[in-house]
Amino acid sequence: MLDLLKAPVFAVQEFFLLTSAAFRNIFRSPHYGDDVALQMDAIGVGSLPITAMIGFFSGAVMALQMSRALASYGQVNQTGTIVSITLVRELGPVLTAVMVAGRNASGIASELGSMKVTEQIDAMRALGTDPVQKLVTPRLIATSFMLPLLTIIADFVGMVGGWLIAVVYLNLSSRQFWSTAWRALEWNDVTQGLTKPLVFAVVIALIGCFYGLRASGGTQGVGRATTQAMVAATVLIFVLDLMITKVFVWGAS
Amino acid sequence: MPNPSGVPVLRFEDVTVSFDGVPALSNVSFQAFQGESRAILGAAGSGKTVLLKAALGLVKPDSGKIYAFGQELTAMREKDLFDIRARIGMLFQESALFDSLTIEENVAYPLLNQKAMKCPKPEVHRRVAEALEFVELGGTLEKFPSELSGGMRRRAAIARAVVTAPPLILYDSPTAGLDPITAHTIMALLVKERDTAKTTTLMVTYRYQDGNIMANFRYNSEQGRLEFSRHGGQDLSTTFMVLQEGRLIFEGGQDLLEASKDPYISRFVKQRG
Repeated sequence: MLDLLKAPVFAVQEFFLLTSAAFRNIFRSPHYGDDVALQMDAIGVGSLPITAMIGFFSGAVMALQMSRALASYGQVNQTGTIVSITLVRELGPVLTAVMVAGRNASGIASELGSMKVTEQIDAMRALGTDPVQKLVTPRLIATSFMLPLLTIIADFVGMVGGWLIAVVYLNLSSRQFWSTAWRALEWNDVTQGLTKPLVFAVVIALIGCFYGLRASGGTQGVGRATTQAMVAATVLIFVLDLMITKVFVWGAS
Repeated sequence: MPNPSGVPVLRFEDVTVSFDGVPALSNVSFQAFQGESRAILGAAGSGKTVLLKAALGLVKPDSGKIYAFGQELTAMREKDLFDIRARIGMLFQESALFDSLTIEENVAYPLLNQKAMKCPKPEVHRRVAEALEFVELGGTLEKFPSELSGGMRRRAAIARAVVTAPPLILYDSPTAGLDPITAHTIMALLVKERDTAKTTTLMVTYRYQDGNIMANFRYNSEQGRLEFSRHGGQDLSTTFMVLQEGRLIFEGGQDLLEASKDPYISRFVKQRG
């Protein structure tokens, strides 16, 4: 029984060791600025089209779904409120993070995993570089910087999607939609909407790196690491989402 | 000639390494001196690669001590190991060139990243070109590893291992997966590096021919090729070691190896081409 528990406990310990090393390295030289910029491009700019698209359609569909519920109270004119609150607090951060997890947690895991199984990680250590400093920390910085920005963009594009539905199908005026959407937001919503992507970014980058650096057993191992990274990151995003929401709801009341 | 009176370049003291409870090296002890060549033979899974990785401090032993240049690696922290690693060159089995970098950047990597190197930038290009010229890959600076053949990648990796002029070089199965002609070219490069730079060389391999070339050939710098030089007996500076399931079962000269009655050892000697 104890032996069964040993492996997962060691894995969690290893994950936290990697996490602390990655954070410590942010303040230590050498700094690999080029790698950070490269990762920002891959993670941020690369994910832009897909997150914008997801944001647009989820905003539009929220407007459509909610209009039915609001109609029964005669409150269709409040569509903007519902769309902006759900997007900023919940859908924007979570959907963007899930998309980026699918794209980048798996991408990071497969890249680092391939490097691991072809001994490139060992070569890096042999040739004078700390792989955590060179590979993990730049990905952590880049994701933590880009995911909140992507979320803001997804939130905005989502509102545009909701606005389009409100104007075309629900016969609301643009002014009505945008003023209700704007007034609905409080500081609590915005902080929550930006705290979430920051936490999710840390999870995505570190889970991707962790599974990648643990890969073993050739190409099959890389495939396994990729899938595990994506699944673990996605599940953790939802678990942490609930926890952060609880903290904010509790804090507000 | 080895100098047994000096400090050994590399010393293993009763080293045991295991992964998930399965021993990969068991109680291995040996020492290699300046200028010496070691050919370490062993079947797949006998612990050859682990031995080299332990010598670089990439793998930590469960017990025993490892010394390189008189300093105990096993007692050092990862960041202190970098200075020692700067003095050891390593050729990884599958070359382990960085896919995302060009050949020039790959070979320049140790010069730019090893703190102990302190190589000025203008000097880097010259040394990289020189190292690539040494392995006869002068025209590939701008190419990526994926654009080269297996043998060329191995040569580029040798250039990366020797570019810092380390006094100790470790080669992990340098000829694995190569055709006989390419394998011979690679072995010729190893001997050339050893004889021109007088480096201490550790080579693990499963091919006896590789050890044979290492022990019996010299690089003739005037003619630019290898020549047979077995002066009436085996070259004293090449020692053979045989690993079987993590244990060091033989250490000695070529004649002793060929005379061995051990079935595992004679299996290696018999495949001699």
